[in-house]
Order: sequence, then structure tokens, then C-alpha cells
Amino acid sequence: MQNLNNHTRTGLLLKIGRQWALLFLFIELIFFSFMARGFLSLNVFQIIFFFGTAVFLLGTAELFAIITGGIDLSVGYVMGLATIVSAKLIVAFTKTGMGPGLSITLGILLTLVIGLLPGYVNGMLISKLNVPPFIATFSMLGISHGVSELLIAEKAAKNLPQLANTIGNGYFLYYSKGIGFSFFSRPEVARRVKVVEILPNVVVIAFILIAVFAFILNRTKFGQHTYAIGGNRDAAIRSGINLNRHIIKVYMLASFLATIAGVLYTLKYVTGKADAGASSLLDSIAAVVIGGASLYGGKGTVWRTILGGLIIAVLETGLRIMGIPTFDKYIIVGIILITAVLVDQFFPERTYKE
Amino acid sequence: MNSSLALSIERSKTLRVVAKNWAFFFLLFFLILFSITGRGFLSVMNFQNIVHLSVIAILMASAETFVIITSGIDLSIGFVMGLSSVTAGKIIQILYNSGNHSAGFSIFIGISIALVLSLIPGIISGIMIAKYKVPPFIATLGMWGITNGIALKISNGFPVAELPDSLTKIGNGYTLYYKPGGGFSFFGLPEGVGNEHIRDYIRLIPNSFLFLAIVLFILYFLLKKTKFGQHTYAIGGNEDAAIRSGINVKKHLIIIYTLSSFIAGIAGIFNIFQTGIGNFTPFGAMYELFAVAAVVIGGASLMGGKGGILASVVGVLLIAVLENGLLISGVEPFYRFIAVGLLLILAIVIDELFPDLF
Amino acid sequence: MGYLIETRNITKRFGGLVAVDNVSLGVNAGEVVAVLGDNGAGKSTLIKMISGVYPSDEGKIFFNGQEADINSPMDALAIGIETIYQDLALAENLNVYSNIFLGREKTKKFMGFVPVLDHDYMHEEASKVLKKLDINIPSLRNNVRTLSGGQRQAVAISRSIYWNAKVLIMDEPTAALGVAQQKQVLDLVNTLKDHGIAVILISHQMHDVFEVADRIVVMRRGEKVGDLVKAETSTEEVVNLIVGSEMVK
Repeated sequence: MQNLNNHTRTGLLLKIGRQWALLFLFIELIFFSFMARGFLSLNVFQIIFFFGTAVFLLGTAELFAIITGGIDLSVGYVMGLATIVSAKLIVAFTKTGMGPGLSITLGILLTLVIGLLPGYVNGMLISKLNVPPFIATFSMLGISHGVSELLIAEKAAKNLPQLANTIGNGYFLYYSKGIGFSFFSRPEVARRVKVVEILPNVVVIAFILIAVFAFILNRTKFGQHTYAIGGNRDAAIRSGINLNRHIIKVYMLASFLATIAGVLYTLKYVTGKADAGASSLLDSIAAVVIGGASLYGGKGTVWRTILGGLIIAVLETGLRIMGIPTFDKYIIVGIILITAVLVDQFFPERTYKE
Repeated sequence: MNSSLALSIERSKTLRVVAKNWAFFFLLFFLILFSITGRGFLSVMNFQNIVHLSVIAILMASAETFVIITSGIDLSIGFVMGLSSVTAGKIIQILYNSGNHSAGFSIFIGISIALVLSLIPGIISGIMIAKYKVPPFIATLGMWGITNGIALKISNGFPVAELPDSLTKIGNGYTLYYKPGGGFSFFGLPEGVGNEHIRDYIRLIPNSFLFLAIVLFILYFLLKKTKFGQHTYAIGGNEDAAIRSGINVKKHLIIIYTLSSFIAGIAGIFNIFQTGIGNFTPFGAMYELFAVAAVVIGGASLMGGKGGILASVVGVLLIAVLENGLLISGVEPFYRFIAVGLLLILAIVIDELFPDLF
Repeated sequence: MGYLIETRNITKRFGGLVAVDNVSLGVNAGEVVAVLGDNGAGKSTLIKMISGVYPSDEGKIFFNGQEADINSPMDALAIGIETIYQDLALAENLNVYSNIFLGREKTKKFMGFVPVLDHDYMHEEASKVLKKLDINIPSLRNNVRTLSGGQRQAVAISRSIYWNAKVLIMDEPTAALGVAQQKQVLDLVNTLKDHGIAVILISHQMHDVFEVADRIVVMRRGEKVGDLVKAETSTEEVVNLIVGSEMVK
């Protein structure tokens, strides 16, 4: 404790210390603006957000689990499972003669319901059977992975209706000279007139949902209880919070967000893939930690997690444009991750006294 | 938990013994089951195959055992192994192909440097965890990224090939050959016997077994018989008590993570001997997570304070036999993931039902 | 004969708060001194200075008549001042004798040069010390997890005695125990007295104090307000001192 007190910086330095992630993002942006040709363009930023959606959504899912002092290793493969389930369902509905709109809607809704299941099982194991979150969700990682592979063992899910592609790769907002802004569909213009595609649908959907979950965490009783459980489990129980039920809900919510990420993936790539989210799992944990959450629980916000995710997404895209193999990304993310925790140690939010 | 159930179970001593060693009994059960259902399962060759394929997993689990007993976790071991393998590969490749050095010398220098290098990630994680209170999960996750990136950079994303043949000759060779009625021979066929006669000989002990046995014995000894091992358990059981009884917990933790990293480095060396090439660890291999799974199935707790090398080996073998048996019995291999998941949950539930009373 | 352990005018401040104010306290070998006081009276801080957790701001500590330079828990342990905290500092996953030897394990040479744990020696030594203190624990190979609260307390005390404690500081030893086990611990304190150990007992339980203490020291707001010989005092007097007699009268 004494050590911490010594490191309590005051004023400006402390403020910078607390906001180092934001500062780091700016430095990254400036660096790549100079070093990567064509980095500063609408297109590149769309790519950053496009690639970032999985990390943002899984990061938000992870954040809820981490705030309660847990962890969810299964989100990546639950996302993969969701891509396969939704693709299969949509194809199956289409085959029964349903219209593309209806089959996509039904397929997605059904997937979202199924997607609650892994979270429910995780939550039950963790709360009722006292299985450590790491183990319970790792088991679920294995089970989701296995089930995914089984589902596509016979036949990959292909031939989704064209509409899926239109939604997944379409834009929410277009702009063209003369017509102005238009939503959802590409404006009908003469061939020579340039249409600027501004906001990809997938990104918009993801951010609407992230905003909803940020609201839940910040403004609702549910969010408050989530922090309380992570901060002091005993106190939470004694103040009448139904711990088991809350933990189950948190893991269901994480699973739900992972499923959303999977559904968006299906719309975008028009297929299902078992390991669609595998590489995003660790990125998402990194995003949460870079965003200032603590693995001991009780700390962290959605927007800072997004900030953490952006740092990774910008890094990945920037390096790619520079033609540097993404090997370096792993090294840099590793270093940032450790820096994040060390900075957190050196610039504590409050100082504690004996 | 249902304590009355737990109590009534406690009364039955036999049941307790079975429950405490459930992983071992499961292993026996599956061995018998697959011997009946899977053609070709029950053979010396197949068992050698199972162990040969599990060598890496066993080393990984042993590394993780030390860390988990202190209530930590090391997520970096999978990529430290890859780093060690490609580093050794690259150095051997350069030395050997320069034409100035013999295969033996190149291999010796290559593995020595790789082993020394593999200490570094552990030292760094250990210092961060012990001195700067970085949670083990994060420190080793950071090291996970860094070692992965460096291994990929060294290998440029391709396996390091064009290495001397002697690597696989040693790695896949046998310590003991036996000719029925004709006696034993060590490390190769008897002199003057050509390879065409190899079918007359039964190959008994693969070299990898011998080396694995040596490494495991040392680790077992270290954990169970020495002060170091005792302190490892004490730190996991009650870190505060360990500090107050004068154990230098910080130094101990740094050594633990360094040891874990070093064992992963050894695994990388086994890897290069077995495959003859320097392999970086593929992204989705999840060696570290399967190692944690095996250790927990073997009866350790992520809360620390318990676990053992032999128990972890049983955990690895249980997973390996299950995979191998399912494969031979013609079951879809994807069930493997599901099976590991279910085994893990079972391990924890049994642990909850039968609290340690010894 | 002088005291075995003695504080002379020691003071500890935390910022503006004077936690312990000019306290002098002495304990003879084979004597049990109970320190009583309300929460925040300074009992904990006082014993933490003796056991080296906090350095004192003013005053001196004497051991066996000589000034003792106690700046860390290790310094205190080195001269034979041991503290049994409420949490006992036992590793529950290890057995009884391993806990007694925790951090100071006895080793022997395996194959002439590899140091390995000498389980037999530690087991034997542990049973000797338990026997000396009349402590009855079924098997020293059982994990501490399986022991009762009183037995754990006994293990922690045996550890101190084995490592040559001359002064034993006990912080609320009976607080978390059932009646029968409280009795065991108090019996053990009496045995310690017979072995010439100086015991400083921090307690809230008036009954315990009157059962085993020879002298009773009362603290209030950081100051020593009473130093009474048990035989010459009563519970009323002690309670009055604890709460401040003016309030009672």
C-alpha cells in the first residue's frame, strides 16, 4: 500500500495516466497517418470498424463477465456456432419456400434464442455448481467447437439468399451529390455520379446494440448489481442481490452478444465458420483490459472497452496497410496489454491508506 | 452444495478412494472399453502412439501444474514452445547448412540457445506477477502475444525445414529393440543387421519415452520431495502464511514462471526432434488451455494448493486415450472437444462432492 | 528480576491520530498479561509494534533487559517474539508437521547431494513438541484443513514454541471458537506459562482474561489507563476502566 501511495501522481500527469489509452489511440492514428499511405480515408476507417465489430461485441460480452470477477472463454466459439446455426437455419427456411426476408428474420431470431443456451449452462455451472468460470467456459468452448464441427461435418452452410449479402455488406447511409443523404438503399443515380457509402449496416447494428448494453451497465439496477458483485461478493449477497440468478443472467448476456457477433458475421460473409470468432477471443479480453477493467472484478466500462478494441483494430489495419506482416501485431498487443495493467498500478484511481 | 449428500458419500471409504482417483479409474475404464470396441486399439504400437503423441501435452501439463499449484496460470506456454522450436530450428539450419559444422554440433548449439531463450518469457511474466502484482492471466496473455509474434517473425510464418536427418532418427528412434529369442539391442538394430530385418525386431521403448521419463522424474522429485516443492504448495494454500513464515514468495513465483517457461522450451525441443522441423505454434492450437484442462482433470484446483505431476499425466492420458479410442472406434473426431468439456465439468463436480479430508 | 519483554514510553502516530500514547508495559517470563480495551483503544497497534509490524515513533523496547532494535517482523522473530494472529497463518493444504516446519523445512541429502525433505525427522520433532504442550492431535499427517479450530490454534502455537518463542503474543485466540475448544486453548495458555513463556493476550472476552491472566492492562484512546493484578481486581473495575469510569459513575 505504501508503495502505491508513493506512486500517486497528482494533477496533469495523473489525468494523462488515467487516459493513456485514449492518448495511445491518438498516437497510433497520427503514426499511421504518416507511415501508412492512404490511411486517412473513409474507406480505411470503415475497414477498421468493420473488422472491429467482432472485437467490440465480444469485448462487451467479456466485459460483463469480467466485471463480476469472472471470465468467458467461450464467446469466440459461441460466435462461431452462431454463424453456423444461423446460416443453416436461413438456408433451411429458404428451402421450405419461405421468402428471403422471412427466412432471414426467422433464422436470426431462432439463433438468438439458441444462443442464450451456452450462457445459461455456463451460468448454471458457475453459480450453482461452483465451477470456476475459467473451467466452465473453457468446457463450453470445447462443446461449442465440437457441436459446430458436427453441424458442418456433412455439409457446409452455403447458398444463403442474396438479401443476406445485401444487408451484411450494404450501408446504412449513402451520400451523393445532388440527392443528398439516403438511408439503407443505394440511391438510383446516373452511372457517372459518385455515391459515397458512409456507414456500413453491420457497424451500425453493432453500435446500436453496444449502446443498449452500455446503457444497461451504466444506468440500470442490473448494471449496478453487476459492479456490486465484482466489487464485494459478500456485500452483494447480504444486500439481497440474488447472486446465482445474476451470474446466470450475466453469462447469458455474454453468450447473447457473442451470438449477435456471429449473426452479423453470417450476414457479412454469407456463410458459417466454426472458428469465426476464435482469434477475436483474446483480442476481446485484451480490449477489456486495455480499457481499464480489472480481472479481479468491479471495474470497467463499455466505452473504454470499445476504445481498447479500437486500439487493436487500428493497429491491425495500419500494419496491414504498411505491408508489415501481422506477426508484429501480436507482439504489440502483448506489450500494450502488460503496459495497461502496469499503468493501472502506477496511476490508481484512489489511494488507499492503512 | 448438497452437504448431506456429501456427508453420506463421505462415509463410504471405497467410494471416496474411487472418487479421489476418478480420472485414473476413468482411464482404466476407457482402456478396457476401447480394447473391446476399437479394432487395433489394444496393441503395443497403438499405446506407443498414444504416448508419443501426448509427449508435448504431458510436458505442457507438467509446466502448468507448478503454476496452478501456486494458484496462478500460464497462458504463454503454447507459444513459448513454438518459439523454442523455431529458434532451435533456425540456428541448427544456419549452422548445419553453412557446411562448417557437424549435425551434432549444430543441434547441440541450437537446442542450448533455444532452452536458454525459453527462460526469458517466464522471467518477465514472473517479475510482473510477483513484483508488480499483474494478474497471472494478463501477464502471461501478454507474453502469449509477444512470444507468438517473435516465433512467427523468426520463422517468417513457415516451418523451419532442411534440418539434419539425425533429429528425427533420435526423436522417433527407439531405445530398446527386442528380437524374440534373439535378445535385446539398445538405440538401434544390432551391428551388421540391415534395415530389411527391422520387422524381426519389436521396438520397445521409444527414445521420446526415455527422455520424457527423465524429465518427469525430475519434476516429480522437485515437487514432491524438495523444499522448493513444499513451498510451492504452501504458497498456493496460504500465500500470507508462506510470507510470514519467511518464504521469499516473490522470488519463488519468479522461479515458478521461469520453470514453466523452461519446460515449455523443452517441449519445443521434443517437438523439433519428433518432427524434424522447427514449428511455430498454430494460432488455434490452444496447448495452454488443454494443459490447464488436463491438470484440472488430474485433480488440481485453480484456487491453488493441490495437484501433482503424475495426476496431470493421468489427465493428459485420459484425454489422449479418449481421442485415440474415439478415432479408432470410428466416432467423429469433433466429439473430442465435447468430451474434454464434459470431463472438465465432471472433474470439478466430483471435487465439490468429495472435499479433501486427508 | 527485570521483565523479559518491556516497552518504555512507546508512541505511534498515524498522521494526526495518536494510536498509542506513551505506553510502558512489561511482562515477566512465565507470566500472562492480558491487554484489554475497546475497539480503537490501541491494543492492536501496541502489539504490532512489539512484533515489528510497525516501527514505533518514540520510546524503546527492551528484551531481557537489553534494548531491542525491532524494525521488522523478522527482527522480532529472531529474538523470540512470536505472534499468533487470528488467521493463524497456516497452509490448510499441508499437514500438521509441514505447517510447524513451514519455511524452515528440514532436509536430508538424497544420493549424497540432492537435498530432500526429511519427513521422518519433522514428524518426530513435531510430535515431541505437541507432547510437551499436552496437545492431542490424532495424526500429524492429516492436512490442517481437517482439524478443528482449537487444534489449529494449537498447531500455530506449537510452531512458535518449537522455534523457541520466548514471548508469545496472541490476538483474540478464542474469538472464533466453540466453548469446548476455548477451554482447550486456555489450558494450553496455562501450559505455556508453566514452560516459562511470557504471554501477551489480546482479548475481548472478560471470562478468558480472568481465567488465565496474571495481570490485566487496560487501554483507552491509546493510553494505558490501568495495570492491575488479577487477584486484586474485579470485572466491574476492569469494565469501568475500559469504558471510562466517569461514564459509569
